[in-house]
Amino acid sequence: MSQAKPVFPYIPNSVPQVKAEMLKEVGAGDIMDLYEEIPEHLRFPGRLNLPDPILDEYSLKRHLMGLLAKNQNCVDNLNFLGAGCAEHFVPAVCDEINGRGEFLTAYVGESYADHGKWQALFEYCSLMGELLDMDVLSCPLYDGAQAAATSVRMASRITDRYEVLIPRTLSPELRLVLQNYCQPDHSLVEIGFDRQSGHLNVDELNSKISSQTAAVLLENPSYLGFLEDEAEDIGKIAQQHGAEFIVYTDPICLGVIAAPSHYGARIACGDFQSLGMHMQAGGGQCGFIATVDDMKYVREFKDLMFGITDTVGEGEYGFGEVLFDRTSYGSREKGKEYTGTTTGLWAVTAAVYLSLMGPRGMEETGRTIMQMSQYAAQRLSQIGGIQLAFQSSFFKEFVLNFDKTNKSVAQINKSLLEYNIFGGKDLSNDFPELGQSSLYCVTETKTKRDIDTLVSALKEVIEHG
Amino acid sequence: MAAVPEEKGEGPRRPARLKKLGVLVNPVAGMGGRVGLKGSDGAEILRQARQLGAVPHSPGRAIQALQAISRIKDQIELTTYPHEMGEDEVRACGLVPHVIGSITKGATTAEDTRRAVRQMEQQGIDLLLFAGGDGTARDIYHAVGQRVPALGIPAGVKIHSAVYAVTPRHAGEVAARFLEGKLNVHVAEVMDIDEDAFRRGTVSATLLGYLQSPKDRRFVQSVKSGGIQGEREAQLGIAADVIDQMNSAWLYLVGPGTTTRAIMEQLELPATLLGVDVVRDKRLVASDVNESELKQLVADRSTKIVLSVIGGQGYILGRGNQQLSPAVLTKVGTENLIVVASKEKLVSLAGRPLLVDTGDEQLDQTLSGYLKVTTGFREYVMVKVGSE
Amino acid sequence: MGRDPSTLLRKYHQAKWDEPIIFEMSVPGERGILVRRAEHEVQDEVGDGVSAIPASLRRTNPSRLPEINQVRVLRHFLHLSQETMGTDVTIDISQGTCTMKYSPKVQEHIATRHPGMAEIHPLQPDSSLQGLLEVIYKLDHFLREISGLDRFTFQPGGGAQGVYTGASIIRAYHAARGDTKRSEVITTMFSHPCDSAAPATAGFKIITLMPDNMGYPEVNALKAALSDRTAAIFVTNPEDTGIYNPKIDQYVQAAHDVGALCYYDQANANGMLGIARAKEAGFDLCHFNLHKTFSVPHQCMGGSVGAVGCRKELAGFLPVPRVEFDGQQYYFEHEASESIGKVRSFFGNPQSLLKSYAWIMQLGADGLREAAECSVLNNNYLEKKLKEIPGVSVRYSADKRKLEQNRYSWEKLYQDTGVGTEDVMRRMADYGLQHYWMSHHPWVVPEPFTLEPCESYSRDDLDEYVAVLRQISKEAYENPELVRSAPHNQVVHKVPEPSIDQPERIAVTWRQYLKKKAKAQDVLPG
Repeated sequence: MSQAKPVFPYIPNSVPQVKAEMLKEVGAGDIMDLYEEIPEHLRFPGRLNLPDPILDEYSLKRHLMGLLAKNQNCVDNLNFLGAGCAEHFVPAVCDEINGRGEFLTAYVGESYADHGKWQALFEYCSLMGELLDMDVLSCPLYDGAQAAATSVRMASRITDRYEVLIPRTLSPELRLVLQNYCQPDHSLVEIGFDRQSGHLNVDELNSKISSQTAAVLLENPSYLGFLEDEAEDIGKIAQQHGAEFIVYTDPICLGVIAAPSHYGARIACGDFQSLGMHMQAGGGQCGFIATVDDMKYVREFKDLMFGITDTVGEGEYGFGEVLFDRTSYGSREKGKEYTGTTTGLWAVTAAVYLSLMGPRGMEETGRTIMQMSQYAAQRLSQIGGIQLAFQSSFFKEFVLNFDKTNKSVAQINKSLLEYNIFGGKDLSNDFPELGQSSLYCVTETKTKRDIDTLVSALKEVIEHG
Repeated sequence: MAAVPEEKGEGPRRPARLKKLGVLVNPVAGMGGRVGLKGSDGAEILRQARQLGAVPHSPGRAIQALQAISRIKDQIELTTYPHEMGEDEVRACGLVPHVIGSITKGATTAEDTRRAVRQMEQQGIDLLLFAGGDGTARDIYHAVGQRVPALGIPAGVKIHSAVYAVTPRHAGEVAARFLEGKLNVHVAEVMDIDEDAFRRGTVSATLLGYLQSPKDRRFVQSVKSGGIQGEREAQLGIAADVIDQMNSAWLYLVGPGTTTRAIMEQLELPATLLGVDVVRDKRLVASDVNESELKQLVADRSTKIVLSVIGGQGYILGRGNQQLSPAVLTKVGTENLIVVASKEKLVSLAGRPLLVDTGDEQLDQTLSGYLKVTTGFREYVMVKVGSE
Repeated sequence: MGRDPSTLLRKYHQAKWDEPIIFEMSVPGERGILVRRAEHEVQDEVGDGVSAIPASLRRTNPSRLPEINQVRVLRHFLHLSQETMGTDVTIDISQGTCTMKYSPKVQEHIATRHPGMAEIHPLQPDSSLQGLLEVIYKLDHFLREISGLDRFTFQPGGGAQGVYTGASIIRAYHAARGDTKRSEVITTMFSHPCDSAAPATAGFKIITLMPDNMGYPEVNALKAALSDRTAAIFVTNPEDTGIYNPKIDQYVQAAHDVGALCYYDQANANGMLGIARAKEAGFDLCHFNLHKTFSVPHQCMGGSVGAVGCRKELAGFLPVPRVEFDGQQYYFEHEASESIGKVRSFFGNPQSLLKSYAWIMQLGADGLREAAECSVLNNNYLEKKLKEIPGVSVRYSADKRKLEQNRYSWEKLYQDTGVGTEDVMRRMADYGLQHYWMSHHPWVVPEPFTLEPCESYSRDDLDEYVAVLRQISKEAYENPELVRSAPHNQVVHKVPEPSIDQPERIAVTWRQYLKKKAKAQDVLPG
């Protein structure tokens, strides 16, 4: 006798008696009668070949914990990896709010039953607007790479041009996403960097920009960590040629670093994982695009935008959809690019983060990051064989060169693992011109002791193998 | 004798000015059709119809529409004509009409319609809501052209003019939303049906002109109606696509319609709203050509014909563009037709096909099947084409 | 107290906090959180840190974020969460095509809080991510079995991005064949808007097929549209109408006959798990929405994954990196010459992958099948009951069995009473139900609403839902103004102009709102 089919806690009507009664009610003899519209030859014969289920919750929990125990994490290890995803402090209230079932399971409800969600997303846009000192944002995008890609295509629609100038030092993740997203009509032109500072080569920019240029995309801080102090001049060059100046930035720096709009950018974009999201192996990435308040830009956003408006009730705030026909929900292929489900819960989380931080918190966070990362850079570059690749100011990340150690970054990082340290990202593949170099990320989560531990570990590894 | 609108006394603060709605019922519209006679113009046809037991239907339809309007009755002033031309219907809904003009009860004519509309225009109405058929639309067009927005409550046999709402109830809804300022206007075709020909069994419809009419966006969630923005963008996209693919050596016959006119506008060429224009290499070759001129032009040149959907029945050929005769069409080749229409227009067909009635049955057959319609820039929809 | 047993209606009222916008709560000087400071020794060595910033890039005016103590920030956002009707707290049959199923808490807690998932960096060495890689590898294999296709990527951050990835793969495939004529993509009017918008973004011209009176396009319409310029067809089956197109293999065959590929948008897969697959219908590519069919929660429109699968001939074009297994260790393969590159940073949303993995592990083959069967049974049961409500109709294939969702119409209600679908949509929240979803645009079915009672809902839930709609229908016939002016027990009242298009009304941030308000005396119409 075969075992009776289990009743599933997540499938209420799997109770046989209930199922039978419902079948009777719909006039079906057998459940497969309901599938009569699927012809036989299109049906899957037999049973799916999947592992035996772990039916009880306790056993499932143990199974999952066992799997995750096979991962090394950044609590048990000292992590210096950044490169687009960084280990920042996550306030407890952020986790509290994004763990709430209502927010966790809300989707596309209208602005009455889901008024709270719409207000939270409006507040996200508003808080980001203050941080960026810009008036217009849309709902969040998949990640910073998508934000950069869409910003570029927005600029292209605005200028009716198809060439985009990007720095050689652009994040490889961004580059790959851009390369795919810019097909078939757009071309990417690379501008080199100054070997001493890492900065975008302005002379080369001047020689390559033209009346075909839709936009100049600048990362500030750079993927490689340094600050582009000629950003304002770069923006002016773009403007002179009728191109859009797009700045990709890391919002957590904006407590101490000027917002892109302060040095001429009219479109700002980036990834806001740093504002309250755990790393989650890249699952915390989320993108933003902000622009100045000019209909020329507002019309080009591709995602939903919620505007505050009146209701019929006295003194109430309600929400509505801005230029819905702009999006692919309103106009299918006529809409701007395409839109869909992205990263709403992270926007709510960022709203909580920014509300907690306030201007002082953002300033203090930026300051601590500057101090800790400079301390680390200084101490590390004092180790024999290690040099700072660039002589310029930086935020949170910096490049160390290991050529003189006669070891590869891969070897060094492998050795560091034995000290429970995740060394900086190996740049030798993506930036061979930098030799054996590595990108170190030092945030407000790293203590002096952490950094001293890294220093002594590296010393050991370099000197003794 | 004009009636004085009842004073409502003290009430909630009113908007700066009440909107004025003109209501006009053609009491005899559609009567012929119900008893097998086509149309009902002409006193003789009307007499025959009544003898056969025909009962007027537009009054009932008008009442349905007015019921839908009554939710905004405190924001509007209703102006109408006496007795069965509107007053009866308005009162039947419990609404208070401001009655103007005079008629002979039981013997109304097209002239009454025209006079009524002119007088309502003088009263400064914001919208004319009328119940009737193609004949009524034609009379209104002759009386006011595009000076007053108008919306039809369907009450006739079959209506070719596009200025009618889908159902009486819907006419009332659209009128109400328009008066509340929520809808924009577009131009809608007025078709002139030759009634004698019609009674003899042939449909001979010419495109008479356009009336301004509230844009009934029932295929979009009403709260998300981008309004004229969306429609205009659709037309620009369509024009961009057609122009993008133009071959400079070919002739392009641009048929009547507002969507086709957008193409001429983008080319910065003058367009004949009711006729066929000829373009080559993005320059105007001829304007408002007739059939024999067309036959000459296409005789020795590759040609494409750009067609839009004319009227409310979904015709692309045979209603309003008969200059494109079977001879012309055969010479050009049925594979060289470019049909343009917005997606909403296609959705409003509600599953019915686009229609052709060239006068040549075999040609109609060749045209039947599926056609790719341009609905935007690089966007197309496959639509069925048939003949009735 | 308690729901009325005879009517099943609740005297519901939403939590209404009259919550200000966060900026209105600011008190100069208040702190929400204190931030770690650098140690004294560090400060001694490097100074204040910010002097190193070039003058041109120093932030001189602090951002005007609000200053609020932690207690009030917490309370504010908790109020907002109470004012949000997530699936956890309502019978969310309403969001048709979204498959609002229960996201089991056991996997939620672990995936979001366990340091082995929350505190891992994507660029850690492969050896330190064996648990994660194993999950990705195994989930890939589960979906291969469920779909019949050969290889999956989880990089796309949602269904729409999945379709975009598919379009990119198709573009690369034809380019690799040296075929430059493939400029067109064919899809249907009832497919998700992303099935046309994403390929358009990838550079294709789009041809859309209209449904005929069965609710799906005729094969002849497709054949008329197919040519040697067709790159691919993108279809959903069943579509949002819940109608399964029994000729889908003819479609696929017709497309293959002209050398086009076939992409299966499986957003509506929930009713077919273990019963019908992409493979048997002949598809070359497909995607699943893990946040729909595979239990990942919807997260205010977030956390999503578009799992894209393809036949092995196309697997070379998938994005990098890809997870491989050498018999002992799992690892990422970064090099792939034919790959389209990347569509998203790193490799997608790993925490969501763990949740889907857990869901499949807990249900197994029989559980997946049970989920499919119950969702279809629920839908047929619901359809029968709803069709008994005055004013409800089903436009297409009304007498045929639907799969897991259905599109209804209130056209008759509208003709009879003037109350339309948007009015009912607003009113239903007054009874504790999430607003139902109507339809994508343009509305082919008039006054539409689309419901999907997936397997998470019990018979009693379905009965309550029907009771509410029946009640609102009754209200429409007896007191239409009550429905038209709804909602009545929500946080706010009806927004009279929810479509914001005039520039002077656009206020997407608080600062924009204040500026516009100051500029005009009364800028927002009331």
